[in-house]
Amino acid sequence: MEALPAGPAPAPRNQMVAGATVASVAMAMLVGGMLGVWALERREAIDAEGSWLPSGVTIPEVPSNVMLIAFLGILSFAHWAQWSAKRDDRPHTIFALGSTAFVAVLVLNAQFYIYNQMDLGVADGRYGSMFYAITGAFCALMVAGIVFTLVALFRYLGGRTNESELLVAHTVIWYALGVVYSAIWFVVYVTK
Amino acid sequence: MTTIDSSPEQAAGSSTIERFLAADVDWLTSTDSKKTGRLFIGTGLIGLLATVVINVLISVERLDGADVALDADSWVQLFSAQRFGLIFGAALPIGMGLALAAVPLQVGARSIAFPRLAQMGFFMWFGGFALAYAAIIGNGGFGGDADMVDLFFAAHGLMVLGLLAGAASVVTTVLTTRAPGMTMRRVPFFAFSAFIYGIGLLLVLPVLLGSLVYLFVDHRSGSGLLFESGVSEYAQWAFGQPTSFLYALPIIGLLAELLPVTFAKRTPFRGLVFGGLTLIGVAALAGSTQQTVFQVPWEGSQLYIGDSDDVTTKLGDLVPWALFHLLPLLGAGIVLLMTLFMAKPEKGAKINIIGAFPFALFGFFMVLVGMAGAAILPFVDLELLGTVFDEAALVYVVYGLVLGAMGGVVYWAPKLWGVVLDLKVVTPLALLGLLGTIAASFPHYIAGFLGQEAGFAYSDSDLQIWNIIVLVGHALMAATVLAFVGLLAKTVAGRDDEPVADDPFDAHTIEWATTSPAPADNFVDVPMITSAEPLLDAKEANRVTEGSDS
Repeated sequence: MEALPAGPAPAPRNQMVAGATVASVAMAMLVGGMLGVWALERREAIDAEGSWLPSGVTIPEVPSNVMLIAFLGILSFAHWAQWSAKRDDRPHTIFALGSTAFVAVLVLNAQFYIYNQMDLGVADGRYGSMFYAITGAFCALMVAGIVFTLVALFRYLGGRTNESELLVAHTVIWYALGVVYSAIWFVVYVTK
Repeated sequence: MTTIDSSPEQAAGSSTIERFLAADVDWLTSTDSKKTGRLFIGTGLIGLLATVVINVLISVERLDGADVALDADSWVQLFSAQRFGLIFGAALPIGMGLALAAVPLQVGARSIAFPRLAQMGFFMWFGGFALAYAAIIGNGGFGGDADMVDLFFAAHGLMVLGLLAGAASVVTTVLTTRAPGMTMRRVPFFAFSAFIYGIGLLLVLPVLLGSLVYLFVDHRSGSGLLFESGVSEYAQWAFGQPTSFLYALPIIGLLAELLPVTFAKRTPFRGLVFGGLTLIGVAALAGSTQQTVFQVPWEGSQLYIGDSDDVTTKLGDLVPWALFHLLPLLGAGIVLLMTLFMAKPEKGAKINIIGAFPFALFGFFMVLVGMAGAAILPFVDLELLGTVFDEAALVYVVYGLVLGAMGGVVYWAPKLWGVVLDLKVVTPLALLGLLGTIAASFPHYIAGFLGQEAGFAYSDSDLQIWNIIVLVGHALMAATVLAFVGLLAKTVAGRDDEPVADDPFDAHTIEWATTSPAPADNFVDVPMITSAEPLLDAKEANRVTEGSDS
């Protein structure tokens, strides 16, 4: 064997942030692909039937707009957690992470409120099944984001306060979810 | 850490059952990516055998084109199972397994990034694989019966998630765990191809997952309108050309990796090879834009360009074709040119053909023929769309990929199992696999030109001979896989205590600087990298030192 000289300890290369970015790309492609199919089906339905939204179905716009605004709150809290962690401010980090999770749960609540108000069944034609599929996929991504936040929170509660990279990755994920929801908001709730 | 680790060896008792259970636990809970990779490769080969059985069934049914025993529903199921098995049961897990096993070693990482995610990815893929085949057997799959179709979509989604987990691990490994001094330009070709492959999968598989979610919700809810109106077409791109070029990318990277070892020289113009591998990755665009089969009318003359409207129409036809077919073909062509350039005889040059090279070379050529076939498929004037030609191009790519993957297993066997598979033993298998691939594919290229449609039935009895040869080809491929697995198992089981040399192939990259087999954490000390061929540099430096000493 040819002995190669041992190198210095590898420099930290932000593995969590890279992983979060990769996951964000995958999330964007998932929802982007679904919105692409949505747009094609919508165009076909309008060409064939004149409308895409089933008659009698109204989309409640207030909660969908509130969800978008809530993402500003989520991102602010995520940044707050990151900023506090950098300064070894454990109480603020924990509070900010808890607030992130709380507002994210409120977003989910608003989504379920929309389901409740729309009076649309999942079996009500193409629109029904596609609407529930795409918003359901978004809910699943939100749950994953909340789980990530809770994991970060419990690690901080457990005393692992030197993991500021984890919180950068956490912010990246919430940015990605914000982008994903913005696209859904525009295509599904605004363009209809 | 507050957890208590106990190694399986310590936990194992003396009885055979206890040792067997301890070994199982070791494999099931391992965070060693070499084990995860081997699990993917092993089960991928099982998936391939299952698919070859389906291929044989289809071929048997095609022996007599006038007497078709299966009804229309059954043959739709069989063909969808064939494509599903070729891509998701064989091509993707085998490529992923090779990437997981070799990439951390190649980039000098002591561990893959997110090893538990990679391991979980295997179990998600494997669970989905088992459930999907159960669903297909129970009349699930595209066009099947109610409940089993739901199971198929859910299982398929699980497989996609598992493969995504593996891809995320590979990409993050190349980005973040490279040895000190290893810039992206110094990354070995195979690791680079696995990196592009991983990025490509991260771009295309989520799009497929989205389509599967639509189909599952629609079918499960009982609406069925999407299913009936053909939204399943939005998933078809994942099972054919040109997306399959992306799946074969690691094999093309493997050939580029083996060229400097085989011809005992440094690869010139490394940037060009990186560019070629990236161009093949452009095939990911076809998937991420859900590109299904498109048509390129040629209007009788290759030089035909009429007025300005015609020019616009012609460009509209040709640009997607060039983007999705020509660019990947150009990328593969660059690797082919590099192969020829490296093989050019030079005075005093030695050739070091190792067991992996025939597999990788044959696999690459088969993939290339499949890519070329897929590139001419969209030309309407050739009347190949809807014929068996399309199926043949896919079989070329997937069987070529399998041949190449066998080359990868042979190449890294010293690091994975601590054994060397001899050139004389494996070359006949490579030739058998080459023969099987050609026989299973090329006759359908001919039959496609003769107009044999993609289903079972055909009226022209002259086509029968081609279908008989295809049946023989699939049987030969099954024999190749079985013989290869048997040979590997026999060699691994029969290995003696004599240690294998760390660098049995006189290779250039850093995985050959660690012991054979490689330890669980790959390297005792992570080496310092100063060039793209660090081991070759060290050997040359040693030779100079020895020369000056003598």
